[in-house]
Amino acid sequence: MTQPASMRNIAPARRRLQQINPVYFVLAVLIVAIAVSNPSFVEPTGYMNFLKRAAPLAILAAGQIYVIVSGGFDLSVGSLITLTVVGSSMLLNNNADATWWVILVMYVIGALVGLINGLVVSYLRVPSLIATLGMMITLNGVAFMWSSGSPRGYLPETFRYFGRVNIQGVPLIQFLPVALIALVMVGATFYWLMHRTNFGRMLHAIGDNPRAAKMSGVPVERVRVLAFMVSAFSAVTAGILLGGFAGVSTDVGIGYELQAITATVIGGAQLLGGRGSVPASIAGALTLTAIFTLLNFVGLPKPTRDVVQGVILIAAVVLATYRRNRTGT
Amino acid sequence: MSSFARYRAAWRLERYAPALLLGIALLIYIAMALGLGQTRFLTPEAAVSILNRSIALGMTAVGQTFAILVGSIDLSVAHLISASAVVSSAIMDGNPAMMLPAAFAALALGAVVGTLNGLLITKLEVNPLIATLGMSLVIQGCLASFYGSFKGSVPDEFQIFAYGNLLGLPISLLVLVMLTLLAWLVLRFTRFGSNVYSVGGNRDTARAAGIKTARIVIASHVICSLYAALAGLYLASRLKSGSPWIGAEGAYDLESIAVVVIGGTILSGGKGGIWGTVAGVIIFSLIDSIFNLAGVDAFAKQVMRGIIIVAAVAFYAVRSKRMAA
Repeated sequence: MTQPASMRNIAPARRRLQQINPVYFVLAVLIVAIAVSNPSFVEPTGYMNFLKRAAPLAILAAGQIYVIVSGGFDLSVGSLITLTVVGSSMLLNNNADATWWVILVMYVIGALVGLINGLVVSYLRVPSLIATLGMMITLNGVAFMWSSGSPRGYLPETFRYFGRVNIQGVPLIQFLPVALIALVMVGATFYWLMHRTNFGRMLHAIGDNPRAAKMSGVPVERVRVLAFMVSAFSAVTAGILLGGFAGVSTDVGIGYELQAITATVIGGAQLLGGRGSVPASIAGALTLTAIFTLLNFVGLPKPTRDVVQGVILIAAVVLATYRRNRTGT
Repeated sequence: MSSFARYRAAWRLERYAPALLLGIALLIYIAMALGLGQTRFLTPEAAVSILNRSIALGMTAVGQTFAILVGSIDLSVAHLISASAVVSSAIMDGNPAMMLPAAFAALALGAVVGTLNGLLITKLEVNPLIATLGMSLVIQGCLASFYGSFKGSVPDEFQIFAYGNLLGLPISLLVLVMLTLLAWLVLRFTRFGSNVYSVGGNRDTARAAGIKTARIVIASHVICSLYAALAGLYLASRLKSGSPWIGAEGAYDLESIAVVVIGGTILSGGKGGIWGTVAGVIIFSLIDSIFNLAGVDAFAKQVMRGIIIVAAVAFYAVRSKRMAA
């Protein structure tokens, strides 16, 4: 893309500023707005609870970005969250000793779901929208079948530990939610995998131009399968966290797939591939949660939240397109 | 085999695949009915009742075919259906004199939503998935803040749309057949129809050939939304009242896309047609009937449905040389 003449004359500092993803500024403004409208937000209880609440969506967005960068969509994550929560409660059966192997089983199921998604998209050449939509319908059905329609029981405290517990007595911030530790760990790993490894580079190459990537020797099919597995891994992780503070029901995961995609789009990801970053997607998820929090403080009901989410979604894409056309970055 | 012959073979299969899938579904259904000795499921009345079960999905899917053919997609149809049902029944409110204004209001709503979708996609260059998803959220939110629950009631005269019979056939089915024929005529015999295929096939080439691509995309979205609004009117007539959840409950957005794709229309646009979609709709209702005959429980039905959607699309997608995404 050619740069407009005005761009070449801009001072380097300003230019560097333009290269920073705008989502960070938006997030900063929103956080200041929340802090102003609700001063208790600056206390550790305020912002830590905010981060804790945002953690599942942020983890989910960090996984979804892998599939989006490779040029696809993963609509099955919401139903995988439901399956994780319902399946864990069925397997655990109120037996706290089983926690560790149940979590292991859930990750195996997640890996399998991601593998099937990836294989169907890569080798059967089904568009990912349809493939993961089919997976979403199937997994919701499996969750219902497994629990016979009415999930029973509670998750034991050992399982809810990840989503609910705050580690007390941490200096400076008083307490640290386990969910936040999970977010930081997953975020750091996913950042490294996407932006510091060959796998991440191949992922961008595939999303940008699959044919060119193939000709340059990228194992397109295998990389795509891995992307879906990363996304499924993030969904299981988010499911474990959500099981911790939301409890068991067959609709815990509803809507999360669209929120995750919205978060990555707010983070500047380009749909149909080739552009996107893990930290920006996490920032997108935090932005979305911050907007919801702010609307909550202002006292707007849930329907208005839907309208706002819709408008923001469209506005984020319009702005990203405008910015891309203008700056050529 | 020469590459030409192989090309011909692949072309033929792609063209007749929906009919083939329909034939397979039909055979399974007949075999199942015969095997269980339930011959009463093989009468013409049974056939009509199978078709009659998917009127709303049929209308939505015929409209969705336009959006997908032009290389776009519409995720806002489900909530538009709810909005159309609620608005029309709120305007009628049991008064037969208000039937026409109500229908007009619903269609106007559809036209507005379709135009907005089209403008977002063409003028602001928003990805169609995001544009219509955002629109869908906006409609849902507006609907929920204005109408919390069932709204208005439908006069008896309007219920004829869903429950009336003409010449021994349900009126709703006749309306669907007419709407389908109309869509086919438009796509097959008008300049607009061939423009839809050109724009869907390659937007840049179409623009270079002098087609006003933005207008074609907008018009396709308006048609898609109008068909969804009609489906909303039908559902209002069937439920005798407008329910703000009717569209989302039926998952008409994703189901209509699945039906269109099973019918052989390609998601990237430019290839496919109305008859494939019709085959897709009938396949869907046949699958439902087969499950009912076999007594599969509701949850297992859902699981198999998901698998069948993917398998049916894989059935042709696997042969394509195109890089899937």
